[in-house]
Amino acid sequence: MNFDPRFSGRKFASVGTRPIRPDGIDKVTGRARYGADFNMAGQLVGRILRSPHAHAVIKKIDTSKAEKLAGVKAVITAKDLPDLTDGDAAMYDILDNSMARKKALYDGHAVAAVAAIDARIARQALKLIEVDYEVLPHVTDVDEAAHHHAPLINDQVFTEGLEEKPAKPSNITKRTQFGHGDVHKGFAEADFVIERSFKTEQTHQGYIEPHACVASVNADGTADLWVCTQGHFVYRQHCAQLLGLEASKLRVTSSEIGGGFGGKTHVWAEPVALALSRKAGRPVKLVMTRDEVFRASGPTSATSIDVKIGARKDGTITAAEATLRYSCGPYAGSWAEIGAMTAFACYKLENVKTVGYEVLVNRPKTAAYRAPSAPMAAFAVESVVDELAKELGMDAVEFRIKNAAQEGTRSSYGPVYGPIGIGPTLEAVKNHPHMKAPLKANQGRGMACGFWFNFGGQTCTDLNIGMDGSVSLAVGTVDVGGSRASLSLVAAEELGIDYSHVKAIVADTSSLGYNDMTDGSRGTFSSSMATISAARNAIKILRERAAQMWDIPVEDVVWEKGHAIAKGEKHGNLSPLSLKEIAAASGKTGGPIAGHSELVADGAGVSFATHICDVEVDPETGSTRVIRYTVVQDAGKAVHPTYVEGQYQGGAAQGIGWALNEEYIYGKDGRLQNAGFLDYRIPVCSDLPMIDTQILEIPNPNHPYGVRGVGETSIVPPLAAIANAVSNAVGVRMTHIPMSPPRILAALDAEREG
Amino acid sequence: MVEVTLWGSLSAVAGGKAKHDIEAKDIRELFRKLAEQYPGIEPWIDRGIAVAINGTIYRDTWSKELPPGAEIFLLPRLAGG
Repeated sequence: MNFDPRFSGRKFASVGTRPIRPDGIDKVTGRARYGADFNMAGQLVGRILRSPHAHAVIKKIDTSKAEKLAGVKAVITAKDLPDLTDGDAAMYDILDNSMARKKALYDGHAVAAVAAIDARIARQALKLIEVDYEVLPHVTDVDEAAHHHAPLINDQVFTEGLEEKPAKPSNITKRTQFGHGDVHKGFAEADFVIERSFKTEQTHQGYIEPHACVASVNADGTADLWVCTQGHFVYRQHCAQLLGLEASKLRVTSSEIGGGFGGKTHVWAEPVALALSRKAGRPVKLVMTRDEVFRASGPTSATSIDVKIGARKDGTITAAEATLRYSCGPYAGSWAEIGAMTAFACYKLENVKTVGYEVLVNRPKTAAYRAPSAPMAAFAVESVVDELAKELGMDAVEFRIKNAAQEGTRSSYGPVYGPIGIGPTLEAVKNHPHMKAPLKANQGRGMACGFWFNFGGQTCTDLNIGMDGSVSLAVGTVDVGGSRASLSLVAAEELGIDYSHVKAIVADTSSLGYNDMTDGSRGTFSSSMATISAARNAIKILRERAAQMWDIPVEDVVWEKGHAIAKGEKHGNLSPLSLKEIAAASGKTGGPIAGHSELVADGAGVSFATHICDVEVDPETGSTRVIRYTVVQDAGKAVHPTYVEGQYQGGAAQGIGWALNEEYIYGKDGRLQNAGFLDYRIPVCSDLPMIDTQILEIPNPNHPYGVRGVGETSIVPPLAAIANAVSNAVGVRMTHIPMSPPRILAALDAEREG
Repeated sequence: MVEVTLWGSLSAVAGGKAKHDIEAKDIRELFRKLAEQYPGIEPWIDRGIAVAINGTIYRDTWSKELPPGAEIFLLPRLAGG
């Protein structure tokens, strides 16, 4: 990479403004094309048969009756998706999750699929598939699954991360540990110690658009996939590997995306659609129903967390410890590991220890959900921090300020921090008018902090200058939150032209080099870096062309405000050449003008946020309403402030749903009982107050504009902020998320009964 | 020579030691020398290890130089949402 990513402290003309997003009109007029909006001539309808059992051996599948039904063009089982993963355990899990091979591991696990000429026949065909199951004992609760008497989900799992390999298999796949110092010594120095246990229930990302794709495999080994995804290049790699295709022959085009939040970062039904198309010899459209989305895609972990924190009378935390158990679904994951890393990341701690346990359960495969694992850990830690502040008689904000991490602090997960924003977010909250607003009866206020790492990754961008001087920008990171607008601003900034002359698109996998997916808050961070690099490469060519047009050495040409300028007294009579003029002459000065960039955008810079929340709790019904909410977060540099605010508000809204309502409810039979938005209630606009935001800009030293990721951190504090607010409103410490009305009433009853 | 600190689980496959002195100019050489010394680390490198250099996390830039005296910390490569 021949590119200097260091922060330069430049002044901006375009970056930081708020133009209208380029995809806005299509979205509000219904013209935008999502996953299910694409069609191909002769396409079939794909449908998936799913296990009704939480845990069962698949003894036999008889598809003969379905195959004979008129209109059915293909029926597949795991036999049509042979194992080509070559020892790659993570890919094998994705394959098995796409189509169960030996056992159904959760209610909703795919066991067979059909492609038919219409949906009615496809549904009829599913009913004709006969599956002989041997039902096994199941376990869905994270604590029960961790118990040594629990039904074993995979008898080949022996806990990793222990000093000695255990003698017996268990549902705990891995133990991880982080920290430094001596917590025993630290607790001995404490004047006050608070220790509590917490639970959070499993939630879904709740994206409105279900998983949807159209797959077409041709007889010559080429294939096309139109799909709703957060990473079409990653989907190409996954599908090519699982189907034995050459990656370059599989062209994947990402549709617009109606939400992903981590749930569309690996394949689910796409290999099934491709396998159906390969067998049928025709394109296949496969769209999950909402029931399937809940039962068979994406939920976050359910958790069980113990936290212990000690402090001296002066408010200094002397030790902090947490044990975190996270459910992974039936496949190994690293979800507790992330929780263990993020739990105490906001604080300056001399003695800290976190231990994480990854636990298998008979639930859908856990997927990332916006700062995965961090919100649950923050809920537990920030609840105890709040309680400890009360015990000490200190203001909750002051207590956090006193113990906040800062530049030079050794983080609880290991490295020493560079410049970070936790202190400034706390100071901003301390001085925010929200903190001083009066509260009424049955109302409570809470605040909490949150941390997320942010990532970069492999990124490739093309910038093409048309002969009329307009600019096409082709990026490979899927636009999940307005990044086409932000990246157009960045291109305009570098080139010195107006935003309206830049048109950004998300290119398909055959048109651009590999890009990692849009996750880890990396979309704008990474692609802006690649866009800056591509624009600077284009400017180099623009200068060369201007030099040709003037017949002077290129070294005498500089680029300023969208113009080539001939510098030096000997060129004083040369008028600046605009980008438009140079582009118009390009056919006679060497041909098209373009800038390309491929790089690994690393050094994303960690992010912190502090939230304030006011709630009103009805003591008769236990119903809670959020009446005021404020997000304060460090963005490094807000490229398009409106979309940064949108990310802050979106994370808070999802956190409010998670904190108060959302929950996977399983029956004793291991079946999901609320697989729909009527019974799994996410907040709608009328449930929420206007979510106020305050953007702080503490530049990331590893980005030319100082940009940090902003998409995920905003979901980390809400669970804790709302729990603290509800606890303050009702006078009882709430320890179980979601704080649904029955749980609040139960907590109040328990308090009354002593 | 740089001092490298491994996170808890990784140190278990590196002789139980968290801190290691390694002669390496960049991340690539660091991984190679660690794998030579502790073959058990190789599968972990294949699965993904992030390297924090003076607090900044690098996941893929294996050519990143390790400045003398820098704090080098190995971390799991994490998922994002």
